[in-house]
Amino acid sequence: MFTIKEKRLLTDNICLMRVEAPRVAAAAQPGQFVIVRADETGERIPLTIADYDRSAGTVTIVTQTIGVSTRKICALNEGDSLADLAGPLGRPSEFVNMPSDELRKRRYLFVAGGVGTAPVYPQVRWLHEHGVEADVIIGAKTASLLIYTDEMHAVASNLYIATDDGSAGVKGLVTDVIRELIDVRGNRYDECVAIGPMIMMKFVALTTEPYGLKTTVSLNALMVDGTGMCGACRVSVGGKTLFTCIDGPEFDGHKVDFDEAMRRQAMFRDEERKANEKSHECNCFK
Amino acid sequence: MANKIPRVPVREQDPAVRATNFEEVCYGYDKEEAMLEASRCLNCKKPRCVEACPVNIRIPDFISRLVAGDVESAAAIIAEDSSLPSVCGRVCPQETQCEGACILGIKGEPVAIGKLERFVGDSKPGGSGTVPNGIVRNGHKVAVIGSGPSGLACASDLAKMGYEVKIFEALHEAGGVLVYGIPEFRLPKKAVVGREIDEVRRLGVEIETDVIAGRTVTVDSLMDDEGYEAVFIGSGAGLPRFMGIDGENLNGVFSANEFLTRANLMRAYDEHYDTPIYAGRKAVIVGGGNVAMDAVRTAKRLGAEAVIVYRRSEKELPARAEEVHHAKEEGIEFRMLTNPVRILGDENGRVRGIECVEMELGEPDESGRRSPIEKEGSNFEIECDVVIMALGTSPNPLIASATDGLETTRRGCIVADEYGATSREGVFAGGDAVTGAATVILAMGAGRKAAAAIDGYIRAKER
Repeated sequence: MFTIKEKRLLTDNICLMRVEAPRVAAAAQPGQFVIVRADETGERIPLTIADYDRSAGTVTIVTQTIGVSTRKICALNEGDSLADLAGPLGRPSEFVNMPSDELRKRRYLFVAGGVGTAPVYPQVRWLHEHGVEADVIIGAKTASLLIYTDEMHAVASNLYIATDDGSAGVKGLVTDVIRELIDVRGNRYDECVAIGPMIMMKFVALTTEPYGLKTTVSLNALMVDGTGMCGACRVSVGGKTLFTCIDGPEFDGHKVDFDEAMRRQAMFRDEERKANEKSHECNCFK
Repeated sequence: MANKIPRVPVREQDPAVRATNFEEVCYGYDKEEAMLEASRCLNCKKPRCVEACPVNIRIPDFISRLVAGDVESAAAIIAEDSSLPSVCGRVCPQETQCEGACILGIKGEPVAIGKLERFVGDSKPGGSGTVPNGIVRNGHKVAVIGSGPSGLACASDLAKMGYEVKIFEALHEAGGVLVYGIPEFRLPKKAVVGREIDEVRRLGVEIETDVIAGRTVTVDSLMDDEGYEAVFIGSGAGLPRFMGIDGENLNGVFSANEFLTRANLMRAYDEHYDTPIYAGRKAVIVGGGNVAMDAVRTAKRLGAEAVIVYRRSEKELPARAEEVHHAKEEGIEFRMLTNPVRILGDENGRVRGIECVEMELGEPDESGRRSPIEKEGSNFEIECDVVIMALGTSPNPLIASATDGLETTRRGCIVADEYGATSREGVFAGGDAVTGAATVILAMGAGRKAAAAIDGYIRAKER
């Protein structure tokens, strides 16, 4: 079970894996996530589903190495197995359950940042397959960190790229592109969906709010079980405490308390730093 | 006279030592001690202990076999009513059940029924033994959701009757609350829980982990697409409650579920495992139940000064007496008649203390316990860097919300009759998913009743 069928490095530190998980592939919908554990001593970490293939029975996950657990996952190769891949978890994106005639009248703007570009792809593809217009903005620090641009090109109505250093697309932030599309080009959107680093989602929400543009964000909170049991992923939305795993992961970006969410994401930073140092030491002596 | 023998004390790890490790606190009886303790039983004509046992184990009968040193027969007698003696001997609240009803307890100490049950359970030979070989398969398939006490009990009874049973477990390890909730120092995972689960597997029960009912599969997909004729839902009560006070989302505030799941299921206390945990320098645990005791003693073992804050008095503590006793021995501070008002944070959003108010007891409420009332103006602060909320749990709504026609109560519990039948034909439920958070033994009893009802349902359908 959970055998890695395909592995590709998308950048130096982002890897894509297509994993055998027929039950998850059969049930997955855009917007949902899985809990992955690399091996017996590994942590359970949530990863948004980047793609699924029902007939092949596979699920695609995209992981950026940021700590011990993500490094463990990316160290596995084709033919190896993950200890666990459980899901799909969370609620599907809202548009999945919208009546199709209503949906086809809508126009979406997706804003993808860094590794968050991966989970944007199945949403845009789903909309494309259902005849819905979706523009996509991908943001990254520099050209070599861009992922999924070809795939996105094939399904997006228009694709815009923004890099901090101008090495690809326009030089600037995704929020600059949003303003340009609305103010200069006069584009009108019914909904904006932003997935990426918490700080990017915060500023996208701040940018779209004056336009009254409904903005959905996908939160990557800390989790243990992912099924509603632990409450580690609690987030304040419109003053109410909700669980990212069962009430989300997608929320109204104009109501999320991002500062609290970012602070909570760093809950175990000291422990993670120690673990990182320890695992580096260990590798030196192996 | 048998009852002149004092209750045989049970050997335990030294409190000062065990407060720094995760090994089991209680060593249990050896055979000699068990036989001596068993000899204290008066073998009452009308055994009140049996009536007080939620699954009516024939207690004097198994004890009388122990007196004779016949552990195997004792095990067979317990097995008629319980499939988890090693677990229940350790975690049942005996003082309010069997031992609370024991005649010897009126003037002296009751028979240590729990410790005797544990001895019998632990003495079971591994490998072969009480498992009946030559089970005749009847060709009918039943799905069980959840591998906690109710699911395991239901599955093993059905397997013994010849059903093809598969358990679907959401987490990566089987055992439910026995694995994620109850700590290693109270219920060893490999030696006790693992062994009981192996036993269930040896009956032919298959366990598939990483399957979240309501998401990965549904009750309907199991019945319509995978050919299960009946489904038992034993999904437990996993949803943590919070108080709704200010500061609960500060860094350093955990649900007891999260704290214990990190320590137990994820083994975060063991440096070989990757999952992080911290108990801080001083941890305040809010609540007075078994989960609160488990959390406070875990925090202590992780090196924190650990305090219980409970709004009623010690008499009302819902935890097992033994856990409270053990916690005190280990140096846990108990602050009774104290209720949190808000949690205080520093400039970085980390917990720096908890503001509490003193309470006094008023008139009894609907639970029969005297309800606590705030003493106005008695607010004070306890300095701490971790707060753990152990306020009880409610059933996870995931399955009910994904199953059309499955009736639930206002509190999210699945509605089931005393045999486990729900509002959906062929769908049965039991344990905490039905009752709300209760005990292992009640869940196990509900699983066994439902197994009998499922058998009746499938037989009736066949006719």
